Amino acid sequence: MDFEDTVEEAAFRTQVRAWIDANAPKHLEEELKRASFGSNGVVSEDPIAAGKAWQKKKAEAGWACLHWPKEYGGAARTPIERVIWGQEEGAYAALTGVFTIGHGMCGPTVMSWASEEHKRKLLPPLASGEHIWCQLFSEPASGSDLAGLRTRAVKADDGSGDWIVNGQKIWTSGAQYSDWGLLITRTNPDVPKHKGLTMFFLDMKSPGVEVRPIKQVNGQSSFNEVYFTDVRIPDSQRLGDVGQGWEVSLTTLMNERLSIGSGMSTGFPELFRFCMDAEIDGRPAVEDSAVRSRLAQIAVRQSGLKYTGMRAISALSKGETPGPENSIGKLVAGATMQDLSMFALDLQGEAGVIWDEDSPQQGRFQAMLMRSPATRIEGGSDEILRNIIGERVLGLPGDIRVDKDVPFKDIPTSGRKKK
Amino acid sequence: MNLDFSDEQKQLRDQIRRFLGEKCPSSAVRAVLEGPESYDKGLYRGLAEMGVLGAAIPEEFGGSGLTHLELCVVAEELGRALAPVPVSSSIYLAAEFLIQAGTPRQKALWLPRLAAGGSIGTFAMSEGQGRTTPARISARVEGGKLTGVKFPVADGDVADLAVVAARDEQGRLSLYLVELAAAGVRREALESIDPTRGQARLVFDRAPAELLGTKGDGWHIASQVLDRAAVLMAFEQLGGADRALEMARDYALERMAFGRPIGSFQAIKHILADMYVSATLARSNCYYGAWALVSGAAELPVAAATARVSATTAFQHCAKNNIQVHGGMGFTWAFDCHLFYRRSNALALALGSQSTWESLLIERMSAGNAETAA
Repeated sequence: MDFEDTVEEAAFRTQVRAWIDANAPKHLEEELKRASFGSNGVVSEDPIAAGKAWQKKKAEAGWACLHWPKEYGGAARTPIERVIWGQEEGAYAALTGVFTIGHGMCGPTVMSWASEEHKRKLLPPLASGEHIWCQLFSEPASGSDLAGLRTRAVKADDGSGDWIVNGQKIWTSGAQYSDWGLLITRTNPDVPKHKGLTMFFLDMKSPGVEVRPIKQVNGQSSFNEVYFTDVRIPDSQRLGDVGQGWEVSLTTLMNERLSIGSGMSTGFPELFRFCMDAEIDGRPAVEDSAVRSRLAQIAVRQSGLKYTGMRAISALSKGETPGPENSIGKLVAGATMQDLSMFALDLQGEAGVIWDEDSPQQGRFQAMLMRSPATRIEGGSDEILRNIIGERVLGLPGDIRVDKDVPFKDIPTSGRKKK
Repeated sequence: MNLDFSDEQKQLRDQIRRFLGEKCPSSAVRAVLEGPESYDKGLYRGLAEMGVLGAAIPEEFGGSGLTHLELCVVAEELGRALAPVPVSSSIYLAAEFLIQAGTPRQKALWLPRLAAGGSIGTFAMSEGQGRTTPARISARVEGGKLTGVKFPVADGDVADLAVVAARDEQGRLSLYLVELAAAGVRREALESIDPTRGQARLVFDRAPAELLGTKGDGWHIASQVLDRAAVLMAFEQLGGADRALEMARDYALERMAFGRPIGSFQAIKHILADMYVSATLARSNCYYGAWALVSGAAELPVAAATARVSATTAFQHCAKNNIQVHGGMGFTWAFDCHLFYRRSNALALALGSQSTWESLLIERMSAGNAETAA
């Protein structure tokens, strides 16, 4: 049991640290460190441009998409080297958040399913931050039940082999500034739902694509609706066979849940600092026994997540595959942050209602409160994550699916009741 | 980085699991629950013969000279099996007090006996209801004779030796070794929520007492030893939590209702997923505690409290929900669920209650290194 690097890991870390120290945009460090969940990150300059610049710099020095093969813009590094890079990048990693979906989900899907020609064309500019990708999966009527999606792709009747897409996607992060999208569609409604899906990638500037930002509970608009009206996609941009879209989507979703050691924050460090400063009856809040109990319960969840991540890193360091324990990350972090923000506001007394970014706490807990409901839903809701743990980790049987063997067009939906 | 046990330690785990599978099935736990003995003597002897009692005791004092990591492995397995033996009292506490504060003579006298299981030790601090604080300790030693009442004392009904927290002639809190077979000691077994582990009241009336460590240093030494014991106890709790989760999972797979296994209902599945979450957090925190324990890290007080709070939460959570998943059958004497429920609630109080450890954790984090657990 130790937290020490191996000799090779230590040498790599030294190299990474030196490069970051010499090249990171230090003028943004303070701003990035101050931002907590639900707050804006960089505000002093255009955050997208700042992210692209940092990614480009990394790519030019061979630090982009470390785990990808070199021919696709990566560096062919080991998983543990990728983890070490992430640890050293620290606060600067938030700069390149706009690439998370592209690098973490779309890229691996393209790598698994696209032609060699497409891989060489699409992946290097994704790795270098020139292109931003989005993931066009969820729809108004299919969130957790993704395979119930209704966006239709039909073959054009002009003999071109192209596909014509009509429908609507929703909850698409970054669609407004994305260059490419990974799109799952229904190509056959006459077979059971999982069997009639087909995956494509498309140019987000294609005629007929319309992006409308969604105004969220917290007033921000990081998610969008994306409408498709007779959008034409060449058949060469299909990933996998016609009808194989569900299988392709699983590549994407598995990668979504593989962000190991990413150390999802619960907001505990911010809460703890606040409780050191805040007072109850003229004494520090941390001396109050009720506060201590609440804080301790949050502290052990935070540290449990931290050391769960370290157990996964330990496995990587030994060249082993990490166990299923990382599946708890978002489930724990999301709910903890929401509870924690309510507790922080409670400690602020009646003034907790005020959301003031110029206050000593910069309104961070109010921002967390208003952002945290989404964390418990996006990327797999708490309930879906519990199903995954129950079924894949504990081996419990799946729920009985009444729509499993029914042609998609006959499945009752909210707007189409069973007769 | 290697936050994991070594292959050898995992082999030790498998070996002990096999041994306990054979020697400590639930019928053995029930024999103590329902019978006259307050611990399983044969099992305790077997553990001594395997060398696990002395795992972390130096070889010169009759131990195996391994490390506390091996003892953590042992503790987890004892917790899984709900082993009805006084290991926590005798090894995590009494032996640890001797190792930390004993004179060479005291160590040579007692540690070999504790390692061999021929003698049992315990720690007597609490003097009744309420959180134990220095001010609440009134037992007193004058002229080498101890007078006072201690309860509850885990395994006090069977122990040969007690480390007793008491005041010296100047009122300073100190520790004393007291042989419980001596004149002036009266002991009385107490009924508890978990009869698979003994509890007693010890009444001392001018019993011979020998100083352990320095006078006035009692609370300080006790805090250090309790931190070390807390990591080991957390592993016992972790083992119990994991086993309760497995029982509930197995039952959810086998029990049919409404024409399907109950584990296919999300209402049940989500309970089990939450049990897995709490057990996983506890395991990771326990490994952190084990690292701090064996490396002598300055953050041991924070790590120990973290492991302890997390493991208490997990064991109670898993044990109570194991009953819930079993439904009415879980409330029968015949099913084993109550054995875990009893143990989880008893261990939650051993070494100090959950709220005590929660308070300690935050006090320590705010006093020193707030970033260690952040």
